[in-house]
Amino acid sequence: MSQFNITSDDRHGIDVLHLVGELDAHTAGTLEEAFKSLIHRNRTRIVVNCQNLLYISSAGLGVFMAYIEDVREREGDIKLTNMSPKVYHVFDLLGFPALYDILDDETDAIHSFTNP
Amino acid sequence: MRNFVAQCAEACGCGPEVTDQIRLAVDEAFTNVVKHAYQFNDAKEVDIRVEFDATSFKVILSDQGIRFHPGVVREPNVEERIRQRKRGGVGVYLIHKLMDDVQYLRQGNHNEIVMTKRI
Repeated sequence: MSQFNITSDDRHGIDVLHLVGELDAHTAGTLEEAFKSLIHRNRTRIVVNCQNLLYISSAGLGVFMAYIEDVREREGDIKLTNMSPKVYHVFDLLGFPALYDILDDETDAIHSFTNP
Repeated sequence: MRNFVAQCAEACGCGPEVTDQIRLAVDEAFTNVVKHAYQFNDAKEVDIRVEFDATSFKVILSDQGIRFHPGVVREPNVEERIRQRKRGGVGVYLIHKLMDDVQYLRQGNHNEIVMTKRI
């Protein structure tokens, strides 16, 4: 079974999620619950740090697809950072870089929320 | 399962990038079988076979579930799917994008997806 977990930090009102492990059909529910919980609390300035994300399949991509509109409707965004070339390649295959803010570094993403 | 196939691909001389592509394609195909052919019935079995030669690596998944054929595979409009809050419908496209040839066969009461990657 795939290993996956999320740790989160509050950085001055911006929620930073660190994804660790493999995001697939077995583990996508964990990320889904994290997004739902944040949206429910109206916490919609979200940075997802993918530095330790080792693998992603379409089930994982689907979670990002399902919640981005809810977040943006609430004046927030989901910004993705620190992707390995391997993980970026999967996002790129479906054209995500044109639809999502994907940055090299977590600090840049936080900065872009506070200084848009 | 995907890691087993990836190990086979590596052992057959596939490089890291090709191995990663095969791993993801197999995962997507397997997930589709579980979801569409078997409707999440985890008592059912999926057979997996790998074949290779000097120029190609082939993965065949076989199931006895509901027949699945995607027809013409087009690039999904992700922007529109996001607007509709839809998450599915991209796995088949990924398989076709990652592999060089994909065939869907019906053998008796078995479905087979045959995915070939040039190496």
